[in-house]
Amino acid sequence: MQNQYKLLKFNLNGKDVTTMIDVRESLTDLLRNDFRLTSVKKGCEVGECGACNVLINGEAFNSCIYLAAWVEGKSVRTLESLMGPNGELSDIQQAFIDEAAIQCGFCTPGFIMSAVEILESNKLYTDAELRKLLSGHLCRCTGYENIIRAVKKTMYKRQGKEYVEE
Amino acid sequence: MYDMKEYYESQSVEDAIRLRLEHPQAHIIAGGSDVLVQMREGKRAGVELISIYMLDELRGVSIDEEENIRIGSLTSFSHITKDPIIQKYINVLGEAVDQVGGPQIRNIGTIGGNTCNGVTSADSASTLFAWEAIVELTGPNGKRRVPIRDFYLKAKQVDIREGEIQTAILIPKESYDRTYGYYIKYAMRNALDIATNGCSVNVRLSPDKKTFERVRIAYGVAGPIPMRAPKAEASINGQPVTAEVAETFARTVLQDINPRDSWRASKAFRQHIAVESARRCLAESVRLSGGEL
Repeated sequence: MQNQYKLLKFNLNGKDVTTMIDVRESLTDLLRNDFRLTSVKKGCEVGECGACNVLINGEAFNSCIYLAAWVEGKSVRTLESLMGPNGELSDIQQAFIDEAAIQCGFCTPGFIMSAVEILESNKLYTDAELRKLLSGHLCRCTGYENIIRAVKKTMYKRQGKEYVEE
Repeated sequence: MYDMKEYYESQSVEDAIRLRLEHPQAHIIAGGSDVLVQMREGKRAGVELISIYMLDELRGVSIDEEENIRIGSLTSFSHITKDPIIQKYINVLGEAVDQVGGPQIRNIGTIGGNTCNGVTSADSASTLFAWEAIVELTGPNGKRRVPIRDFYLKAKQVDIREGEIQTAILIPKESYDRTYGYYIKYAMRNALDIATNGCSVNVRLSPDKKTFERVRIAYGVAGPIPMRAPKAEASINGQPVTAEVAETFARTVLQDINPRDSWRASKAFRQHIAVESARRCLAESVRLSGGEL
């Protein structure tokens, strides 16, 4: 390969970073191997399971089928960015615990990052809309109901509204 | 690591054309949700890639000076769905591409990639056929426009020539004016599935809403490439807006399409779905046009 390496500048979890990458790397490879952000899981690696989901400029992407070289100049957020200064969990993470929306936990970081995009849109979605917005993730343990409830309860809470069961 | 032989990042459309001429054997990668997966599967392992993903000039929807709706080839599915021009003039396209894969796939997948794959099941394809979209290609000799039906040569093969990249999809005003459409994707799952059948219908009614001025219908997965159903269209154009005319239209579809038996679905089942989809898409299009069946 002639142009195998590239100097990459982007914003990662609020911090400007510069690093040398191999252009053959996926964004998953870059985040896990170079930055040790292991919330980004390697699941199917073909864009079907959503375990590697991260936010790029505020939109959800499966980082396994996103070339690392493409984040040049962009802003990337992983689950690690949600942690408070003393390691506190964010409201959505706590909701996943409270609602037992976790068993093995492998799909959880991906789900939560999609939830972050949903919550930050400041819209009140119906159950059907929430299901569609979360449909890019596979969970083989929980049966989804608790996950949807965790996202829904946090959505209502953040908007200061009473939670209603549909 | 992806198994690629070389990687070239285009800096502009001109640069992409230069790279295409210099490396004619290289594959073009847009969003990569097909190319990278096929690379992983080994089908495209070891190929050279020309990336056009960073070309923001190919993103966005606008109305050009000829009043065409112009969709930049790298516009993602989710941006098409959210776009006010699409919502106003060709809402069905936004709804159709909102059924591709899942949310993350709709953020990375591009309309240019969806059409350049030449796959019959592409969720955008039947609607683009039904609305007689025009594909704009830019190459060493400038721009070239091809009607979408001629752009698809055969399964997985489209008319992109040496040095060219697809730069836009255009919907002419004559096509979208006073026209309303509806799309039905039939698949086994609600998300992350490939269509067993895709049907897109659009309708222009006479001003008094009593006559079908123009009805167009196209299918994905009813043949090796997306296709219109000309006999069905001929059966309805100029006819009064009645339930009998609509029923004849839906039945006539069987004279146009030729779905195959496969492990996904039998021919008989696909024919059944095609007729039912035509019926429902037409009824919904009429309703959207302000008419009554």
